[in-house]
Amino acid sequence: MLEIRDLTLSYGERVALRDVSLALAGGELLGVVGPNASGKTSLLRAITGVISPRRGEVRLDGSPVHRLSQRELARRVAVVPQNPSLPEAFTALEVVLMGRTPHLGLLQSEGRADWAAVRRALEETDALHLADRRIGELSGGERQRVLVARALAQEAPLLLLDEPTAHLDVGHQAEVLELVQRLCYREGKAVLAVVHDLTLAAQYCDRLAMLSEGRLVACGSPHEVLSPELLASVYRTRVWVFAHPLSGRPVVTPAMDGTDQRGQATYRQSGFTSESR
Amino acid sequence: MATPPLAVALPHRSVWPLGLAVAVLVAAVLVGAAVGPAGVPLDAVVRIILSRLTGADLAGGLPRQWQDIVWEIRLPRVILAGLVGASLALAGATYQAIFRNPLADPYLIGVAAGAGFGAAIAVVAGWDFTFYQMSPLTIMTFAGALAAAGISYLLARVGRTVPVTTLLLAGVAIGSLASSATSYLIISSGNKGLEIYSWILGGFNDSSWQRLWLLAPYLLPAAVLVLAHGRVLNVMQLDEEQARQLGVNVERVKLLLIGVATLATAAAVSVAGVIGFVGLIVPHFVRLLWGPDHRQLLPLSMVLGAAFLILADVPARTIAAPSEIPVGIITALCGTPFFLLLLRLRQRSVF
Repeated sequence: MLEIRDLTLSYGERVALRDVSLALAGGELLGVVGPNASGKTSLLRAITGVISPRRGEVRLDGSPVHRLSQRELARRVAVVPQNPSLPEAFTALEVVLMGRTPHLGLLQSEGRADWAAVRRALEETDALHLADRRIGELSGGERQRVLVARALAQEAPLLLLDEPTAHLDVGHQAEVLELVQRLCYREGKAVLAVVHDLTLAAQYCDRLAMLSEGRLVACGSPHEVLSPELLASVYRTRVWVFAHPLSGRPVVTPAMDGTDQRGQATYRQSGFTSESR
Repeated sequence: MATPPLAVALPHRSVWPLGLAVAVLVAAVLVGAAVGPAGVPLDAVVRIILSRLTGADLAGGLPRQWQDIVWEIRLPRVILAGLVGASLALAGATYQAIFRNPLADPYLIGVAAGAGFGAAIAVVAGWDFTFYQMSPLTIMTFAGALAAAGISYLLARVGRTVPVTTLLLAGVAIGSLASSATSYLIISSGNKGLEIYSWILGGFNDSSWQRLWLLAPYLLPAAVLVLAHGRVLNVMQLDEEQARQLGVNVERVKLLLIGVATLATAAAVSVAGVIGFVGLIVPHFVRLLWGPDHRQLLPLSMVLGAAFLILADVPARTIAAPSEIPVGIITALCGTPFFLLLLRLRQRSVF
């Protein structure tokens, strides 16, 4: 489905990604993690052809992204951007309908197939009741559901999400990620999600890719990627990793092991070390 | 299995706003043809127009003079005002959509200032020739308008893209450069200065059936192309990156639509001068009443822009008859209070 080979990307002099290689198949949910400015969003922009790579290439079902027209690309990749601007006067339904753009000709109006796709997307995201509301009246969580619905209406086999849980409370975070999981497993979509929260990423993704300063430093199961040693070097802070009591997947929190950044004692906890698992 | 109907209302595209707008336009045409120093009754206007259009003899018994006034003098002027109003409102709505800026108007990227500069050169040079029925003033205005917009566009290019903010700033810069050059020509050329100035303010005092051909060939393709992009312009209201991700070739759409809107504006300015306000306010007026869907906004703006300018031209030529008040003064004077009232009544966000 998605194949990234030796991708190097730069904005002028600043290199955003260096020699990144990744592959993703249908039915797979890959979480991309890493500190701020590590190249996560740049990776998404390269996949959607917004910036062209300096070296290497991105292929979708074998065809290089830069050879595809904007329209063909949008039929294969749907994006849920992070906190995008949405015109407040449009209704949620109108915004979800925009997801059908790559399937419609210039003078064509939406037909039965389009309405069916939009309806399914609204149902899937539990947003049917929001359809008539104006974007300006929606809460953050509702906006996020509308954006996911728009991406679903696009009916693309690859779904990219840029921090879909940012600014959401824990209930909405779980809701959005469970939806993403369902799309992936039940509909066989390939999903690549940038997730800031390491614990959330570990709970919901089968595979994690960790970026640091534009390089792919680890890729594998959450257990392999979220080792305290790697996290300490990538995030430059000591963390505490332990197993979730139900899922067994890693949970990551700051170490709180008695010193703050200036080396002053702040908090003392006995019986554990940051290396305990 | 048939898909059950969507449980929510589809965004209805009802025809009544367009029907209403067309009715307003027809009424404006009739009023425009009837009102003037020599009053012609409305029913006579209708009979004269129908008899000319159908060839049937419906105007028998009406004074010959009325027929000439309505058909040869007023109607060309009314239709020219309508075409100019439609061009400016369409271009304004297009610019507002592409720049995603409620303050955008057809003169945003230097068209007005370039046109004024071209006109000033033509007047100061005092050329006297006609080229395919175009006066030096018409040619220079059109050329000046296109040159200013073209230079702004080239200056704003960054690689293969033209960021709209850069284009806007380049347009403002080129516009003020051309304006200051025009101002210099106005104050340094004595009596000709007034001629330049009154031309820039705009009006329809030398209308004729032939003059319509200076504008119609630009308005028609612009209207077809822009209206065809109604749904695409809706998508572009998100932002350019999202529009791209939804499959829109953003740079091509921008170049095409800015191009045709600018050509229509330049042609409108070359026949009628720089008439302000129509291109800014008419699209907002439509948006306030009927919402932001461009599939509806664009045709309604054209029709109501035409009606508005036809009606504004009536006081422009009658209040101080036999001399004329520049129609741009009327558009601002009549339109502003009405628009502000509407703005206060509808407080919800519409842009």
